[in-house]
Amino acid sequence: MASSNPGSMFIAGGTDLVPNLKRRQFDVPALISLNALPGMRLIDGDGERGVTIGAGVTLDELAHHPALDGAYRALAQACDQVSTPQVRCMGTLGGNLLVDPRCNYYNQTYSWRKAAGFCLKKDGDICLVARSSPRCWAVSSSDSAPVALALDATVTLHGVGGDRRVRAHELYKDDGIDYTTKRADEVIVSVEVPGSEARMTSAYWKLRRRPAFDFPILGVAVALSWDDGMVRAARGALGAVGSRPVEITAFLAPLNGRRPDDALIAEVADAADKPARPLDNTDLSHYWRKRMTRVYIERALREACGVDPLAGRLSAQVKAAAI
Amino acid sequence: MSIADKVEVRLRVNGEDTAIMVLPYKTLLEVLREDLGLTGTKHGCELGECSTCGVLVDGKPFLSCLAMPLDLEGREVTTIEGMARGREPHPLQVAFAELGAAQCGYCTPAMLLTAKALLDREPRPSREMIKQALSGVLCRCTGYLKIFEAVELAASRGSDG
Repeated sequence: MASSNPGSMFIAGGTDLVPNLKRRQFDVPALISLNALPGMRLIDGDGERGVTIGAGVTLDELAHHPALDGAYRALAQACDQVSTPQVRCMGTLGGNLLVDPRCNYYNQTYSWRKAAGFCLKKDGDICLVARSSPRCWAVSSSDSAPVALALDATVTLHGVGGDRRVRAHELYKDDGIDYTTKRADEVIVSVEVPGSEARMTSAYWKLRRRPAFDFPILGVAVALSWDDGMVRAARGALGAVGSRPVEITAFLAPLNGRRPDDALIAEVADAADKPARPLDNTDLSHYWRKRMTRVYIERALREACGVDPLAGRLSAQVKAAAI
Repeated sequence: MSIADKVEVRLRVNGEDTAIMVLPYKTLLEVLREDLGLTGTKHGCELGECSTCGVLVDGKPFLSCLAMPLDLEGREVTTIEGMARGREPHPLQVAFAELGAAQCGYCTPAMLLTAKALLDREPRPSREMIKQALSGVLCRCTGYLKIFEAVELAASRGSDG
């Protein structure tokens, strides 16, 4: 259907798509619903075998699902913090993974955009964030995407050419318009999170102005596998600091093979914000969002290590600066 | 099929099966209000930010301004008009009226339905759970306190939904 209706889009929950249609960011001749497809709403597995999640499972279901209670808690936490309870009852995992990247100059009404001058992403020819930029800097605003990277998830795409499997970090491209390697005729069918025989913990921390509502202006996802009190391998990714979720796994490597204490976690977090380059195109100041990145990495790591997330050294620095 | 062609949609609204001809691009909100005459559901931001258009689908809070009716065939839609049992108002409606948990009343249908979804799932919710459940519904008269108290009152009377 997608190939015989060029320009059409797929709809599942519709919570990202329909507002964009109304504001004329999307202009489509037809919508193709995925909601009657069989098997899109199944969840199967556990922490040892891994979990396979149908792309049509709602964020609300994932937020409370027992299969995500242990090792994959970060995914439940991320889903539980997407927008409002109403949106979570409608929105799906597949849809959240592919949320249209957002920008202050793009997520506005048609008349606002017309008055301000259209931007590169829709109807215009320059990027209003960086006027000389040849590319669009819209921000990856998915909560589940950084978690998918941190948990090393693999998505199965189904399209005209059949099925193919893509690792989460290969699903995204560093461009606010052309942001995914998923082709227009393809849909995400399911998401597989690999199991582990080692004990695993994970955590997700999200920064936003209104905790009951907003898209992330920073997301931090970390996953640690353990070997008798020592970190065997640490993985992590940041959301909302670029046009795609940003891997920080290499920066977490100093944790590997060590027993993390307050000082080590603070030291690692302090350096791991390096790839975060927030721009002045979402809510709140980008300087502050950059400043908070290392603090939120520390909090996420501390939570995954089972210690008080707010009692770390970087949090204390922020507190001291605020007094 | 051109975009102006009406299509048949079979919806189950407030326990009643109905088949209507509607324009396929209309949202559930528009179909409820304009085609079914159920104007208790309100237009708000139309973008999923205020939840004033909230209804229940299979008992869960849904935003009718973002839902496409064709996608809801075979599912159970509940609007504010379906909340009372016959002439008996729902215990939440009684509690809201008793405590004056409404000022302009525009968000009230969505508040009531969202609270009903909570009590159906959790008959004795804590204040924190009530806040969480209602967090998506914006009240611009800032009447939240009385709303929380009314939900607690209905819960204490053993509302069974």
